[in-house]
Amino acid sequence: MNIVVCVKYVPDAQSDRTFNEADNTTDREGVEGLLSEIDEYAVEEALKLAESGEGEVTVVTVGPDQAVDAVKKALQMGADKAVHVSDEAIHGSDAAATSLILAEAIKKAAGGSNPDLVLMGMSSTDGVMGVVPAMVAERLGLPQVTYASELTLEGESVTIRRDGDAASETIVSSLPALVSVTDQINEPRYPSFKGIMAAKKKPVDTWTLADLGVDAGQVGLDAAWTKVTSFAKRPPREQGQIVTDEGDGGTKLAEFLSAQKFL
Amino acid sequence: MAEVLVLVDHAGGKIRKATAELLTIARRLGEPSAVFIGPNAETAQVTLAKYGAHKVYVYDAPDALEYLVAPQAEILASVVEKTSPLAVLIPSNSAGKEIAARLAVRTESGVITDAVDVVAGAEGVETTQSVFAGSYTVKATVTKGAAIVAVKPNSVPIEPAPAAGAVEKIEVTLSDAAKAAKITESKPKAATGRPELTEASIVVSGGRGTGGDFGPVEEFADSLGAAVGASRAAVDAGWYPHSNQVGQTGKQVSPQLYVAAGISGAIQHRAGMQTSKTIIAINKDEEAPIFELVDFGVVGDLFTVLPQATEAVKKAKA
Ligand SMILES: Cc1cc2nc3c(=O)[nH]c(=O)nc-3n(C[C@H](O)[C@H](O)[C@H](O)COP(=O)(O)OP(=O)(O)OC[C@H]3O[C@@H](n4cnc5c(N)ncnc54)[C@H](O)[C@@H]3O)c2cc1C
Ligand SMILES: Cc1cc2nc3c(=O)[nH]c(=O)nc-3n(C[C@H](O)[C@H](O)[C@H](O)COP(=O)(O)OP(=O)(O)OC[C@H]3O[C@@H](n4cnc5c(N)ncnc54)[C@H](O)[C@@H]3O)c2cc1C
Repeated sequence: MNIVVCVKYVPDAQSDRTFNEADNTTDREGVEGLLSEIDEYAVEEALKLAESGEGEVTVVTVGPDQAVDAVKKALQMGADKAVHVSDEAIHGSDAAATSLILAEAIKKAAGGSNPDLVLMGMSSTDGVMGVVPAMVAERLGLPQVTYASELTLEGESVTIRRDGDAASETIVSSLPALVSVTDQINEPRYPSFKGIMAAKKKPVDTWTLADLGVDAGQVGLDAAWTKVTSFAKRPPREQGQIVTDEGDGGTKLAEFLSAQKFL
Repeated sequence: MAEVLVLVDHAGGKIRKATAELLTIARRLGEPSAVFIGPNAETAQVTLAKYGAHKVYVYDAPDALEYLVAPQAEILASVVEKTSPLAVLIPSNSAGKEIAARLAVRTESGVITDAVDVVAGAEGVETTQSVFAGSYTVKATVTKGAAIVAVKPNSVPIEPAPAAGAVEKIEVTLSDAAKAAKITESKPKAATGRPELTEASIVVSGGRGTGGDFGPVEEFADSLGAAVGASRAAVDAGWYPHSNQVGQTGKQVSPQLYVAAGISGAIQHRAGMQTSKTIIAINKDEEAPIFELVDFGVVGDLFTVLPQATEAVKKAKA
């Protein structure tokens, strides 16, 4: 079983995330970054599958120099090898271009054709679009099995459970397939000391667009199909009135609702 | 006038509020047409016409909804190819965003998700997004193809504007690839009688502070006609279903009023509720970060504050 996991390097949500003034793109250099939290669940699921049978786990990231930290974390958790796609021309890529690069990188990482299984997070913690899995599936012609909160492999098929609004659904697909996971699916492991040491010896391939055969003119800010025209920091919410309950907290709350015309 | 497509979100032909909102927005950009996929198009057509659909494209063969999103993207792509619309508006929920994603790749068009506003600007369709957990407002445009925009619920007040709603059937043969991921079982959830979380104008959420007793939260919600949400801590503990989770990996809600009871206000929770118009919190700990966001806060025990508030609300409404 050949599993490729896509992991994204994102600005830490606890830090002051912002944009570059010059071109309205996300600031990925001036802030602390890390492996997008939900992608840890995808890595964990891949490791569990690999451990329960024969399998090799390759992690792939597309991003600037520091993005290598995202795949290193995954290697420390236990992934076998890593790919970091990095190229000046990628800066400012939109979701469609990112999915193009990822699709090519996944194929190359799997030796030229689709791997048995591609795993991704349901959404990143910065863009939070939740579109890249569907886009990559469309590009690779893979069945898309998204928002998995449980996953089982049986022979040549994959079954997931997803928790929809109106129903809990079971979805079955043949392999190869692309699965995105939620944070309900497992509890990601922390890298062990042994894992951290072992990761130092694991291979990290750095690929450029040329290595993937992707034309630089198809990606990046200028080729993007969407354009951010402006950004503005929202004034922080001003703290309103805080009362301490002295036996009338509920009544005061209702008075506030009434004054604001909610009743 | 340019055609603007709206993908209809519905349950068995019953139109969701988000669809009426999209039709309202579509009228600002051009001439709205609805794309309806599924059974009971006749029921839907009446409502779609009422909110301004000039045309209603219908695909009613039963196969489309037996699989995950890919067939819907194929059907929509065929309408896009036929009509070359200015924009395609889709509800910004998990399925809607994935349909938008596939449609974008298929038709080589730009896609914007989680829009909270859409207007006809100088550079074409201009969207507003609220990003980084609500700390920035971003304006963006689509520069290639049809503007594919996934719009969040509650973004605009709906306005009826009767139009013809002329039905046109769509004939598409779904590809085998689109039929690869099959929904083999669907266990419907018990109906609560409460409004849907993302559509509700008031949401009352409970967290770990409820200790597993959501009674006071539900009763307060019911006094206000509100939906009930939960933090991930409450969901992980098994106290409330995951489909009610508010936050980064749950639902993103943007109601007129959001009430957080026994919730500390972690960044991942904020990511799902920070754009609410008015925010209220009840928390025992005056240092809880949720208080940084509130318009009104009560430092106190939710088990005494909520029941008292419920009684007062009922009295005021009676
Ligand atoms: C605030 C903000 C708003 C944006 N709005 C738009 C927009 O409206 N339209 C648009 O086209 N672009 C937009 N972008 C750009 C877009 O986010 C990036 O192009 C991004 O690479 C893809 O979207 P996402 O991060 O939302 O991914 P999602 O679709 O949320 O990611 C899901 C999964 O895909 C995988 N993945 C995603 N990106 C990578 C990567 N670089 N490397 C490896 N795996 C990856 C991961 O497994 C991840 O969990 C926005 C970016 C930001 C920061
Ligand atoms: C990848 C990832 C995704 C996540 N996604 C989400 C998400 O979508 N949504 C989400 O909510 N979280 C999410 N989280 C979890 C988040 O980090 C917090 O752990 C979670 O929100 C905490 O829930 P809580 O506020 O209910 O619990 P706590 O942080 O434990 O807070 C409980 C609060 O209740 C108060 N309290 C206790 N008793 C009472 C009482 N009797 N009356 C009044 N107040 C009382 C306490 O003072 C405390 O402030 C995610 C985390 C990760 C890593």
